[in-house]
Amino acid sequence: MLRRVPWGGLYFLVLTAFLYAPILLLIVFSFNDSILLTFPLRGFTLRWYQALFEADALLGSVVNSLMVGVASSLVATVLGTMAAIGVVRFRFPGRDAFLALAGVPLVIPAIVLGVALLILFRQLVDVQLSLWTIGLGHVVINIPIAMLIVASRLIGFEDNLEEAAMDLGAGFWETQWRVTLPMSLPALLAAFLTCFTTSFDEYAMSVFLAGTDPTLPIYLYSQLRFPRRLPHVVTLTAVLMTLSIGVLFVAEWLRRSGERTSTAPEVTA
Amino acid sequence: MNDPAVELLGVSRWFGGEQNPDDRVVAVNSIDLTLRRGEFFTLLGPSGCGKTTTLRIVAGFEDPSEGQLMIQGKPMNDVPANRRPVNMVFQNYALFPHLSVVDNVGFGLAVRRVPAAERRRLVAEAMALVQLDGYEKRRPSQLSGGQQQRVALARALVNRPAVLLLDEPLGALDLKLRKAMQLELKHLQEQVGITFLYVTHDQEEALTMSDRIAVMRGGDVLQIGTPAEIYERPADRFVADFIGESTFLETTVEGVQDNHLVVRLGETRMGARVNGGRLQPGEQVTLALRPERISVASAKGAGSTGLAGSVNEVVYLGTDIRYVVGLADGQRATARVQNARGQQSTSLKVGDAVRLVWDPEDALPLPDPPEGPSQG
Repeated sequence: MLRRVPWGGLYFLVLTAFLYAPILLLIVFSFNDSILLTFPLRGFTLRWYQALFEADALLGSVVNSLMVGVASSLVATVLGTMAAIGVVRFRFPGRDAFLALAGVPLVIPAIVLGVALLILFRQLVDVQLSLWTIGLGHVVINIPIAMLIVASRLIGFEDNLEEAAMDLGAGFWETQWRVTLPMSLPALLAAFLTCFTTSFDEYAMSVFLAGTDPTLPIYLYSQLRFPRRLPHVVTLTAVLMTLSIGVLFVAEWLRRSGERTSTAPEVTA
Repeated sequence: MNDPAVELLGVSRWFGGEQNPDDRVVAVNSIDLTLRRGEFFTLLGPSGCGKTTTLRIVAGFEDPSEGQLMIQGKPMNDVPANRRPVNMVFQNYALFPHLSVVDNVGFGLAVRRVPAAERRRLVAEAMALVQLDGYEKRRPSQLSGGQQQRVALARALVNRPAVLLLDEPLGALDLKLRKAMQLELKHLQEQVGITFLYVTHDQEEALTMSDRIAVMRGGDVLQIGTPAEIYERPADRFVADFIGESTFLETTVEGVQDNHLVVRLGETRMGARVNGGRLQPGEQVTLALRPERISVASAKGAGSTGLAGSVNEVVYLGTDIRYVVGLADGQRATARVQNARGQQSTSLKVGDAVRLVWDPEDALPLPDPPEGPSQG
């Protein structure tokens, strides 16, 4: 009897390995008792993790990234949400142009935005480069992300929910507060988390806008020049990888739970 | 207090055509309606006839392009939806999925800052009214279609609106439940005494529940009347066709005899009701007949009178049997005979020669409907 070759399953395995083996390797090497990232493995150690907690400059850059990430994501989510409500709920002249323009930062290479903002900050308005300038840059790239996530949620609303609220006596703002906002909450959280990961990872733009305080990606990249510190970098990226995958899973789960509550209830007797 | 519940005076709604009025798409065409207090009033018509637009104008979701809307004697054109004394039951119910059943029902009260204790009492009352006690803590998604329907009703009724607007609220329910809800809605309306403005495309639903019906087509109101008036005296061919079943026969006027119109079909003379007059001998006129008012008899017996024809089709409907009879001049008439014991006409077969007879009072000469945009 001929056994059928499970090509589909095989393809899935190869693809998964291709995508995740490098990450897995990082995690494996973060426990490897050697300064060189080569096989064979030398033995299990936690000393890189221990060293990580003693590297003050490294941890300082993590704190910088967290601050920039949280602040810029908050601002981007608020602005993006307002833009989404405007675009989805109202018809106004220039709406299509606004939609097109608002999406552009998504496709402009971050490095171009970085140079552009650098010129803006240094040549035109003369601000000192700092975490603030990085944060502003991150707000710029995150607004369209937040807007798209929230807008897709608003569009998925059952048609008449806002009308129903107004019919029951609620004005525009009360309708937003009692119906639109609570129902969009999962999308707002998802938008915030997605913005946060984007900000936390961002290098190409941040490197132009950084002052004396580096964010984590900038710091890590600068450390690659020193081979002795390579295991620190590997260990930290392993930690970050695990954290960001966790965050993305939470964001996706929130988005889906939001969709579940919005799908039209099935009608049965 | 004697002002009508709702008045529409020459209300129109059109879309587009800002530059050129000829480009306007007219949804509602200068209609006049008056709803009495406590009345169950139905807007009936096929989809695209303007009935939902009319309802949304009363609710405040659409502004009339021209004309005046009054609710309980007060002009409403400039009053936003959230300040009007009306509440709506939406076609898809539009329940808030993030709120429990009690919070859905209490939404309007909460918005109007009714104190919590009072709110609880009123919500409990409304829940009992629609027989939903025990479902307070559920989410809308955990309810069946019929239960969601009741929540939507309670959510609107708890505010004691001057007028309750209902947009095809039974459309999503299955047949059995729909029939049960029709009667229940009617009883509910009598119990609370609130004016209902009901929109449906289902003529049977309209006949069952309404005190009065406005039949709409292409943005026009064709006829307003009680269910019996609409069924027995349809104003035109469209109404006769849309409400219930009708057979239409082209005839030629002969004259008037014994207070009845005499018309000729081929070689046979038949009677019809004198409907307003103005018909001249020799004029063509369309008769509308309800199939259940046409009697069918086998033509075997000698000396039988009536309109001769032969059975083309027999449709067994359970309670009734429907005969499609082909006439000598090529026209077809539909007759409906009750499937009861002792009815000799229930045993006719295709090809049998028959005679059709009707009471002249049941044959209605009708004008054609006014030219209007065809409905979608």
